[in-house]
Amino acid sequence: MVRILLLGNIAGFAAALIQSRDTVQLAQQFAELAAVLEPLLLLSLVSLYALSKWLSRLPYAWGIAIVMLLVAAWTALVLNASMVLGEATTPFGLARAWILCALLTAFLIAYFFWRKRAYSPALTEARLQALQARIRPHFLFNSLNAVLSLIRSDPKGAEEALEDLAELFRALMQDNRRLTTLADELALCRQYLNLEQLRLGERLRVDWDVETMPGDALVPQLLLQPLVENAIYHGIEPGLEPGTVLIRITRDKDQVRLLISNPYHPEHQHRAGNRMALANIRERLALHFDVEASLATEVEGDKFEIRIVLPYRRQE
Amino acid sequence: MNGALRVVLVDDEAPARSRLKELIADCAPLVPAKVVGEAANGQEALELLATVAADLVLVDIRMPQMSGIELARHALALESPPAIIFVTAYDEYAIKAFELRALDYLLKPVRRARLLAALERARGLAAPSGEALRGLESAPRRHLSVPERGRITLVPVAGILYLKAELKYVTIRTPEREYLLEESLSHLEQEFAEAFVRIHRNCLVAKSRIRGFEKSDVQDGEQGWVVLLDGCTEKLPVSRRQWPVVKELATG
Repeated sequence: MVRILLLGNIAGFAAALIQSRDTVQLAQQFAELAAVLEPLLLLSLVSLYALSKWLSRLPYAWGIAIVMLLVAAWTALVLNASMVLGEATTPFGLARAWILCALLTAFLIAYFFWRKRAYSPALTEARLQALQARIRPHFLFNSLNAVLSLIRSDPKGAEEALEDLAELFRALMQDNRRLTTLADELALCRQYLNLEQLRLGERLRVDWDVETMPGDALVPQLLLQPLVENAIYHGIEPGLEPGTVLIRITRDKDQVRLLISNPYHPEHQHRAGNRMALANIRERLALHFDVEASLATEVEGDKFEIRIVLPYRRQE
Repeated sequence: MNGALRVVLVDDEAPARSRLKELIADCAPLVPAKVVGEAANGQEALELLATVAADLVLVDIRMPQMSGIELARHALALESPPAIIFVTAYDEYAIKAFELRALDYLLKPVRRARLLAALERARGLAAPSGEALRGLESAPRRHLSVPERGRITLVPVAGILYLKAELKYVTIRTPEREYLLEESLSHLEQEFAEAFVRIHRNCLVAKSRIRGFEKSDVQDGEQGWVVLLDGCTEKLPVSRRQWPVVKELATG
């Protein structure tokens, strides 16, 4: 809980810094302010970061109290130090500085509290359920139809297909705010693609480039599957000729990079569903990784590409 | 009609076709029917229908390139258009539209009892009317269908230079050749308003093909404008009435 608070403090303090720059009009005044503010900010952040593990275990109220105390202590220390160092005429007295810092910290805590509320479980759940409902009914019924066609000619194949379908729906009905490992998410994609292969046959080719993928990386559950589903819906189904969906996952130092590419059919764009799925995935990426993750789409010649970058995190 | 009902299956998914085939075989003792052909898309289906006689076509709606509804519209140009039953996995909008127009449809996965009922009815079923089909799809067709020597030739709309009304036909002009179409120019104008502009009482021109305009020679004491098109040496006169519309297109 306090974790987000801490993460956000970094961004928040930076914003506060910029703001003070705007309001303080004289350069000199700013320099004086900065002399106090900068070390204070850095010290607060470093100490909060150092304590973050311990803080995140405390109850929320305790967390706030300790953050406040910490900031106050640093304020006093920095002010005293600057006076001792002879920079002399600090524009604030200690009490004034305390009040200012307390206000700023309180504001930031409130901001992050509000931000967390915006992503609150109830709201998020509603949005996520909207997404879950969006698993294309078209896909479900066509898959069931394909399974029915197998029952007489290939009962074993029909069994496997139903097993895949069951697994897929299990994942879809789970709380997908959870993080899962990349390896598990990929397994789910394979089950999904088995079903699509069944009904699309030759028309669907899948190119897996995942040898160097970090299978233990944590990703939001159902990160890839909806994107692969989109790739088939927009890239393979509208084409007369067979098409290839490329799935490439690589690790780049402490980042995981994902690329999904599919044939581009300009006449089949402007589907609201596509944008909704992308918006939802962006939202979930933000929920888990904040600004450290990104999702970008582009049309590259006759290919539509989605690129995702996320921080490489593992189960602790 | 005697003998078994001759059925053609059109679906881009092979398992869906084989499932329907199994079900039709199951129904055969009650309603004699046999599958006389299968196609994976609209184009294949029209080629097939030109060579085999069919009483009934079961058409999937969502297919690549040409929707089942567009296929049904083209099939009407056949000499004896078959009855058509649409098959769809899920499409609330389409289902409402079918019910509104009393067109027959089946939902995937198709139930045997439901198929049986549809086959029983199919005997007396006429081909759907062009009017009913036109209202089903708001998007313009991607092809125009021209009957030629008992077959249907599909002319991609994207390749058309202009459409010109002549007597009871409309001439379709592509860079390669001309086709004769039995449709009204005003219907075509409505359907393809996005891509075509009327330059004369009897002529629609593809906007994307317009290369420029030229002053025409003096005729009947009047000087007008002509349109120059890419891929065609012909110069088409713009009527005085349409000139403001066309000019706006050229400058805007």
